[in-house]
Amino acid sequence: MTSFKVRGLQVELERKTIVNNIDLEISVGQWVCIIGPNGAGKSSLLKALAGIIPSSGELMIDESNVRELSERDRACWIAYVAQEPIMPAGMRVFDYVLLGRTAHLKMLATESPKDLEIAHYVISELDLDQFIDRDVATLSGGERQRVAIARALAQASPIILLDEPTTALDVGYQQEVLELIDKLRNEKKIAVISTMHDLTVSGLYPDRLMLLAEGSVVVSGTAETVLTPENIAKHYGAKVTVINHESGPVVIPERNN
Amino acid sequence: MRAATARRITPFVWLLSAVAVLFTLTFGVSIGAVSLPALTVWSEISSNLFGTVSNSTSSESTIIWQLRLPRVLLAFVVGAMLASAGCAYQGTFRNPLADPYLLGVSAGAGLGATVAIFNGSGGNRLVLPLAAFVGALGAVFLTYSLGRSAIAGRSSTALVLAGVAVASLLTAIQTLLQQQNTDKIREIYAWVLGRLSTSGWNDLAIITPYILVCIVVLLRYRRVLDVFAVGDEEALTMGLPVARARGAIIVAASLGTAAAVAVTGLIGFVGIIVPHILRLIVGNSYRILLPLSVVYGGIFLVLADVLARTILAPQEISIGVVTALLGAPFFLFVLGTSKNGNVS
Repeated sequence: MTSFKVRGLQVELERKTIVNNIDLEISVGQWVCIIGPNGAGKSSLLKALAGIIPSSGELMIDESNVRELSERDRACWIAYVAQEPIMPAGMRVFDYVLLGRTAHLKMLATESPKDLEIAHYVISELDLDQFIDRDVATLSGGERQRVAIARALAQASPIILLDEPTTALDVGYQQEVLELIDKLRNEKKIAVISTMHDLTVSGLYPDRLMLLAEGSVVVSGTAETVLTPENIAKHYGAKVTVINHESGPVVIPERNN
Repeated sequence: MRAATARRITPFVWLLSAVAVLFTLTFGVSIGAVSLPALTVWSEISSNLFGTVSNSTSSESTIIWQLRLPRVLLAFVVGAMLASAGCAYQGTFRNPLADPYLLGVSAGAGLGATVAIFNGSGGNRLVLPLAAFVGALGAVFLTYSLGRSAIAGRSSTALVLAGVAVASLLTAIQTLLQQQNTDKIREIYAWVLGRLSTSGWNDLAIITPYILVCIVVLLRYRRVLDVFAVGDEEALTMGLPVARARGAIIVAASLGTAAAVAVTGLIGFVGIIVPHILRLIVGNSYRILLPLSVVYGGIFLVLADVLARTILAPQEISIGVVTALLGAPFFLFVLGTSKNGNVS
């Protein structure tokens, strides 16, 4: 795969347009981050791309039409990590990661030695060996995100969608997870599309930002062009100062009094 | 470091289970108004199957071959079906309270049986099961079509709620019919509480093919049930055709349950209690739970039936009463002593 093209993506829910006419193009190794105020349609956009909610518009991976693919084939191209992945009580980390191989198995088949090997490989690559027998439900927030990303990697899809991968995490775990995603997209040539809550953090790793407001893209481009006090005031209704630091724009909310 | 493998049942557990099945079946046939030694039981069975010489008297032979063995096997088959259907429903609906009757099977079968009993077919060993069977499948079909159209098949909650509504509706109709004709209530009540008494091999022969096919289909979905554990949305993005898989599981579980219910009436508790006891012991993976539910659901119902016909002998207690009387305390015991204590 080389590129994923989205043209005129539209999501309607109960006759209300949630996501409006989105165009997006991403190549392997790139990271596009979707930001926007609460209710702007960020999660819905990702869910539409993942095929969880119905949408219209063109979705093309290279020359193939995503809408014509079966659930399985689509999953071979696109993996999805939910904002709060469900961690089933009593399931070992290994079994959870192994579930990622579902897309590569016939529905009623069981895993081959190769699938087990891939799960082991991903687990050791993400430094999760010490957790391999742990019950996923007992993991901390940061560990859960890593395990969920491991599952997505076991799925071996060239496109990974991450819904707010760091929202529930403290700054240490946040950094760890973002570094991991950044490393993986470069090493494995994965196209990453994520949503993110924290504006400063969103400017650190992704190549491009897309600011979504009321379902439409209002600005997109580099962090410097998107994260301006004007844009943030207009679409978030917030008064902020933006300081240009060497690693990216730093967004600081201002006190009113 | 040892490499982890996918969850599966160890040979030791298989061996243990096989021994438990043989022991339970033998025990079930031995115990009754006339106690028979295990050796006599096996020699009689062997003479029927392989033509060896039996050391049993002709009355013993009749008791074993015509009365107890078909009954014990019926109990085993029905128990296996109810437990595996309950287990599969719990998995696909991610609902620990799901039982085989979740989608209205019991109410539909109850209505079918009631109608048959009112039409004077209560004693008919062909019409009554058929009416119950048709009622059960009709109810599931109704639930499924209503639940699917509610939110275009995207939410399993809609399906469960539709099941509740359909069950209430059919139960109301059944109650209405009963009030019109109170002299048949006793007969209906006996059916509702379940019974395993048979007249020879007929019932078993009728339902076993259905149940066998349904259990085999459910077993093939054991890995898929583990995928369902992460919820519909994530399962879909992992490449599971969620609606299609759930549909197939529902068809297999309902068809098998309907077949079981048609012959034995409503036997409660097996479908919930057996999978949950197993869960507490072997964990939550359906690759292990589902096959073991088949085995131990069968064993549980055979033992419950032994109690049903011996506690107040010569009187028989309804099997449904026994499964609850036996199952509830045992479940609470396991729940209390279990370390991991998670039931979902």
